[in-house]
Amino acid sequence: MRRLSPRTAQQIVVSIMWMLAAATVGTLVFIIAFILFHGLPHVTWEFLTQSPVSMGRKGGIFPMIVGTAMVSGLAVIIAAPIGVATAVYLTEYTRESRITAVIRFGADCLAGIPSIIFGLFGFVFFTITLGMGLSVLSGALTLALMVLPTIVRTSEEAIRAVPYAYREVSYGLGSTRWQMVTRVVLQSAMPGIFTGIVLSLGRSISETAAVMLTAGSALGLPSSLFDSSRTLALHFYILSREGVSMSNAYATASVLIISILVLNVFAYWLMHKLVRKPR
Amino acid sequence: MKQDKLIALALLMVAFSAVSGLALITVFIFKEGLPIIVKTGPGNFFLSSDWDPSSGNFGIFSMIAGSLAVTVCAMVIGTVFGLGLAIVLGEFCPPGLAAILKPVVELLAGIPSVVYGFVGVVTIVPLIRTYLGGPGLSVLASSIVLGIMVLPTVTSISMDALRAVPRSYWQGSIALGATKWQTTHMVMLKAAKSGIAAAIILGMGRAVGETMAVIMVAGNTLEVPHGILDPVRTLTSNIALEMGYASGQHREALFATGVTLFVIIMILNTVALVMARRGAGEGRTR
Repeated sequence: MRRLSPRTAQQIVVSIMWMLAAATVGTLVFIIAFILFHGLPHVTWEFLTQSPVSMGRKGGIFPMIVGTAMVSGLAVIIAAPIGVATAVYLTEYTRESRITAVIRFGADCLAGIPSIIFGLFGFVFFTITLGMGLSVLSGALTLALMVLPTIVRTSEEAIRAVPYAYREVSYGLGSTRWQMVTRVVLQSAMPGIFTGIVLSLGRSISETAAVMLTAGSALGLPSSLFDSSRTLALHFYILSREGVSMSNAYATASVLIISILVLNVFAYWLMHKLVRKPR
Repeated sequence: MKQDKLIALALLMVAFSAVSGLALITVFIFKEGLPIIVKTGPGNFFLSSDWDPSSGNFGIFSMIAGSLAVTVCAMVIGTVFGLGLAIVLGEFCPPGLAAILKPVVELLAGIPSVVYGFVGVVTIVPLIRTYLGGPGLSVLASSIVLGIMVLPTVTSISMDALRAVPRSYWQGSIALGATKWQTTHMVMLKAAKSGIAAAIILGMGRAVGETMAVIMVAGNTLEVPHGILDPVRTLTSNIALEMGYASGQHREALFATGVTLFVIIMILNTVALVMARRGAGEGRTR
């Protein structure tokens, strides 16, 4: 067999890789189109604003929308300040040392832990040991821990991207380190930090395993943080797995996919705003 | 200055929340799960396939085998596609197209796992059942779904690794007359190999830990799979399926399943971290 010329080899390999890339894009488009095609016709105003009837066979998903917003929103509200403070400490208040190595190791490991383990932990710690029960609060605290590493990492990157000159100028004008951080560094890192927060919000909305074990699956509208609440993702899982109602399952999935799409586009737009900003 | 020190101290305390979270998770998972492993005997617990909570038999071998089978097959798919995409994006793609492909990969990471599982059930599973036989819910179906799900992890970390290779390597190789592809596989991939290994191992961690998608497509039977068309139950799906109604010893045994999973993940993570660090070191020192 004659050896392929390097040029031919390159053409073959590169075309294979382009096919792989096309297949990936195709998969994404297929998944989104498939769900929306089957689900969008069932997404009506009534579906979005009514409570489910007979376990979700009929009726809408209003309590799940509220539940999802409460659990994910609260998770991000808890995780964001902690994450940003961690990033500020790592970047502005210390040098690389054994302590930062430990903090980074903790965040990296936390990022790799599967959601079902977070679920188990949240179940035994928040719901049982701390006595919060299956509730919005337990779910939110569990999710907060889960998205914390993402917020730390994105905030750290955003803060590091702020030019060093900004800090020098701020010091030069006589500000304290705290003033420099809060009024100069965080101000210009804000779009990047916000991108991380928006992506974390998306991640908590799509999470299922962890909320199943901590927030429970009550169908009613949660009236306080201590009520159990079923999130959209879990509702979709239960509807489709137990074959309750396929049309409602598709419709719920459509709402889920659209919220994720909107959040991702928003995050992407924020990031670009950050890159393009004239300096 | 005193105020500055106080702020630094406060921030340090907050910064330790991730570490303390990790510590709490470790302590509580082990506290709940370890006693039953000791009681059943590690040999019985890990090497027996007899899982029958109602009669007090807790052997998770079939699930370890299930997780292993699904993960290995998923990584074949995830690595081929993920690495291929990273190479295309990093070395061959015009910047305009890369600007479209990168958000696509990110979006792929953002789609909820239940949606992946569901689309798998209604599309891939019937195809397998019709054309390849078996129940459809199988190792193969879960591997395909998981392969797609780990792709973003593999792609983005491999791309970082490729980007960390000094550009002069690329220029030097091209200047010596190598084609782009020769340069890619002889120079760039070699130089980035630790980082790429880290990407694959982290992807593996994702695949082992994925729960909801696997529950929906794997079939969840309690047998050691003999082929890729057999249904399986993984460690993660065992926990998620039975946690809802488990109590007493049964619940402890599910936590013990969690302990097993946790240890596997921590080993994979540590290896990946070491690999990634080595990769970053290579980029800098040479």
